[in-house]
Amino acid sequence: MDFLSSIPWQLLLIQTVNGVVTGMILALVASGLTLIFGIMDVVNFAHGELFMLGAYFGVIVVAATGNFWVGLVVAAAMVALLGAALQILTLRPLIGRDPLNTILVTFGISLILQNYALWQFGTVVRKVSEPIESYFTLFYLQYPWYRIFVAGLAAAIIGGLYVILKYSKFGVWIRATTQDRTMAQAMGIPVPLVYTGVFALGAGMAAASGVLFAPLGGVAPTMGLDWVLKAFIVVVVGGMGNLGGSIVAAILISLLEAYASIWVSPSQAVIVSFVALILTLLFKPTGLFGTTVTR
Amino acid sequence: MSALATSATPLVQVEGLHTFYGKSHILHGVSLTVGRGEVVGLLGRNGVGKSTTLKSIVGLVKAAQGQVLFEGRSVTSVPPHKLAQIGIAYVPEDRRIFRLLTVMENLRVGFDRPGVTDTRKRELLDKVFAYFPVLADRRNQAGGTLSGGEQQMLAIARAMMLEPKIILLDEPTEGLMPRMVSQIRQIIDALHRDGVAILLVEQNVPLTLETSQRIYILEKGMVRHHCASSEIHVDHDVIKQYLGV
Amino acid sequence: MSTAPLERPMTGKKVALSHTAVYWIGFCVVMAVLIAAPLILPEFWRRFLTEILIWGLLAMSSDLLIGYTGMVSFGHSVFFGLGMYGAAAALLMVSPPNLWLAILFGLAGAAGAGLFVAYFSTRVRDIYFAITTLIFSQIFYVIIFTWTALTGGENGLIFPRPHFSIPFLVDARFTTATLHWFVLAVVAGSYLLLRRITQSPFGMVLQSIRENEARTRAIGFPVQRYKIVAVMLSGIFAGLAGVLYAVQNEFAAPDFVYFVTSGDTVIFNVIGGVGTLVGPIVGAGFFQLLREMLSRIFGDQFPYLIPAGFVFIAIIIFLPQGLLGFARRWLNR
Repeated sequence: MDFLSSIPWQLLLIQTVNGVVTGMILALVASGLTLIFGIMDVVNFAHGELFMLGAYFGVIVVAATGNFWVGLVVAAAMVALLGAALQILTLRPLIGRDPLNTILVTFGISLILQNYALWQFGTVVRKVSEPIESYFTLFYLQYPWYRIFVAGLAAAIIGGLYVILKYSKFGVWIRATTQDRTMAQAMGIPVPLVYTGVFALGAGMAAASGVLFAPLGGVAPTMGLDWVLKAFIVVVVGGMGNLGGSIVAAILISLLEAYASIWVSPSQAVIVSFVALILTLLFKPTGLFGTTVTR
Repeated sequence: MSALATSATPLVQVEGLHTFYGKSHILHGVSLTVGRGEVVGLLGRNGVGKSTTLKSIVGLVKAAQGQVLFEGRSVTSVPPHKLAQIGIAYVPEDRRIFRLLTVMENLRVGFDRPGVTDTRKRELLDKVFAYFPVLADRRNQAGGTLSGGEQQMLAIARAMMLEPKIILLDEPTEGLMPRMVSQIRQIIDALHRDGVAILLVEQNVPLTLETSQRIYILEKGMVRHHCASSEIHVDHDVIKQYLGV
Repeated sequence: MSTAPLERPMTGKKVALSHTAVYWIGFCVVMAVLIAAPLILPEFWRRFLTEILIWGLLAMSSDLLIGYTGMVSFGHSVFFGLGMYGAAAALLMVSPPNLWLAILFGLAGAAGAGLFVAYFSTRVRDIYFAITTLIFSQIFYVIIFTWTALTGGENGLIFPRPHFSIPFLVDARFTTATLHWFVLAVVAGSYLLLRRITQSPFGMVLQSIRENEARTRAIGFPVQRYKIVAVMLSGIFAGLAGVLYAVQNEFAAPDFVYFVTSGDTVIFNVIGGVGTLVGPIVGAGFFQLLREMLSRIFGDQFPYLIPAGFVFIAIIIFLPQGLLGFARRWLNR
C-alpha cells in the first residue's frame, strides 16, 4: 500500500493535462504534414518554418490590431497563401518526377525561410500575451484556461479537416486524387489545383499551430525545428499518410514525454520520442496504423 | 454512297499519332475520326496499341508526334482534366473506379463541375439510376465492394455524369458474364440514341460489329483497315487476317 | 566462294586517346593543381581549400548512397560528428596525441554509428529512409548535446593537433601546407577507393538496387544486407572527413552533428551532381565559394544562405543532374 502512496498522483494528473495540451498542438502540426504527404507524396521539410512564420505573422497582426483571434486567422491565411505560392513555383514543376526531389526542394525552402526569419526578426524571443488570462485551480496549481482552450481549438481544427475531407466537394476531390490521380484527372478534377489547395491547407494548419503555441513558448526563428522534428517522428510512428494515426501517436508520445519529465529534464525527456521511433522501426516499420491509402 | 462519308466536322480527329512507352514505339502514326453521335469500333489483337490510342487522345499518355482535334480545334496539349470538362470521357480497361469512395461519391465527381445547376444534377442522377438501377440500390456502398459487372456500370455511369460528347470505352465487356455483356450492349445502344459518340475498343468482335457504324482495325500500332460495319462480317477474310478469329 | 581481302584492319588503335588515358591525365592534372595550390595561395585560401576537400570527402561519402544506391540520407552529420568526436577522444586521452589513433577511434565511432543507423533505417525505404536518417541525426545531436560529461555538451571539446608521426621515421608538426597535402592524400585515396568500390561487383549490385530494387531482390540478392553495408561504408568515409576536420580545426562541437550538416552534404551532392563522386567535391567547393563571395560583397551579417537556397532550388528544378551530371557516364567508365 505504501507503494501506491509514493506515486505522485497529482503530478501525474497534471502532466496528463499538459501532455494532452502539447499533444494536441503536435497533432495539429503533424496532421498538416500527414495531409501533405498522404495526398501529394511530398515530405514538407519547410513545415516547421511555416509554423514559425505563422507565429511571427500572428505577433505582428496582434500588435497591430490588439486582437489575438484576428491575428490567428490572418496569420493562418497569409501562410496558406505563401504555401500556395511556394507549391506553384517550386513543387508543381516537380510533379511526376522522383518524389525525393520534393524533399530536397522543401529543404531548400526551409533554409531560405529560416534564414530570412533570422535576418529580419533577429534571435530575440518575442512574447505574445495569452488571449484568455484566467486560471482555474488544479490541485495545488493555478492552471491557465488558455492551455485547455488551445487543446480544444486544435481538436476543433482537426475535426474541421476531417469534415472537409469526408463531406465537402473539395474533400471528395482530394480523396479521389489520392486514390487514383490519373482517373481523377480523367474525371475532370483539376488535380494541380487540388495539390495547391492541399499544400495551402497544410501550411495554414502549421501556421495556426504556431500562433496558438506562441503565448505558451514565445516566438523565435528556431521554434519550428523542434516541433517539426517531433512531428516527423509522430508521422512515422503513427503511420505515414494516416491522419488518425498521427493524432494518436502525437498524443501518446506527448503524454509519455510529459510523464518522463517528472523524473528527468525536458531536454532529456525527448528521448521518449526517439525510443518510440526505434521501437516502431523494429517491430512495425509501417507505423502503428500503417498506410490505408492505396495508389 | 459509302457510309464513310460524313458531312460536318468530325467530333474527334486523330492524325498521325506516334506514342512511346519509354523506348517502345507503340503507335506508328494512328489516324482515325469519330463523327458526332457515331459509334466507332477499334479492333485488333492484344498489344497492338488500342488502349494506348485512347490514352493518347485523353492526354494520359503524351504523344510524341501527331495531333488530336476535338470539334476542329487542337487539344493535343490540353491537360486531361480540361478535356473531361469539355466533353471527352474515358472509361478505362479494368474500370478503375474509386474503390474507397461510395457509389454516390464516384458519381458526384462527375457532376461537381462549374455551371451545373442542382436541378441538372438531380436529372443526371435520375437518368443514370434509370439506366443502372443496381447502382441506386448500392449508392452508399464503397466502390470496392461492388462486383465486376457493377463496377463496370459505375464506370460508365460516372462517365455519363460528365455529360460527354464522346465516351472512350476500353474493353467494357472484359471479364463479364454473358448476361452483363448484353446489358453493356443495350447501354451502348441507349447512349447512341442519346447522341453520345463512342469510340469502342473491344475484343468482342460480334458485339463491336453490331453496335458500331464504322470500325478500324489496328495492327502493330497502325490502322490497317477501315470500313463500315455493315460491309464486314465476323467470318470475313479481313477479320480472320487481323484478328485471327 | 570468293574471299575478298580485308581492306583495312578490323581493330586499330585510333589516334585519339582512349577513355582511360584521358581520365587519368585529367586526374593527374587536377592533382597537380591541388598539390601546387598551397605554394601559391595566401594563407586564408590555403585553409579554405583544405576545408573544401574535407567537406568534399563528406559529400562524396554520401554520394555512395545517393548516387549509386539511390538512398538519400539526411543522417551524415552523425557519421561526420562521431568521426570528429572519436578523434577528439583519442587526441585527449593519449599523450602525446597520436594521429593514427585519432583516425582509428574516429573510424570506429563512425562505423559503430553506421551500423546502428543502418540497422534501423534500412528497414524502411525511399522517403521514409530519408526521414529516419534525419531523425537519427537529431537523436545523436541531442545525446551529444546533453551528455555534457562525456562530450563537453554545448561547448564542445578542444584538443591539440597531433604531429604527423611515423615511428622511427618522421615526427613533424603540420603546417598549413603539409596538412593540406595530408588531407589531399587522404581525400584522393578515398576517391580512388570509392571509385574501385563503385566499379566492383558490389558496386554493381548497389546500382542495380538503385535502378530497380524489387528486381534485384527477385534475382536473389539480400538487398537489405547490401544496403546496410553501403550505409556503413558511406559512414566510414564520412567519419574520416570528421577526423580530418578535427585534426585541422582542433575542436569538436555538437553543431556539426546538427542535421544542417547533413543538409549541407545533400546540397553539395545535388549541386555538384550525384553519382559522379567528384561532383560532390565540386559542389562543396562551389557552395563554399558562393558563401565566401556573398559574405565579402554583402558583409558578414548577410544571410548568404538565402540566395544559396534559391540557387539550390533552381538547380533541382532546372538542372537536376547537377553541375557535373552531364559527365556522369564518362566519369564512371
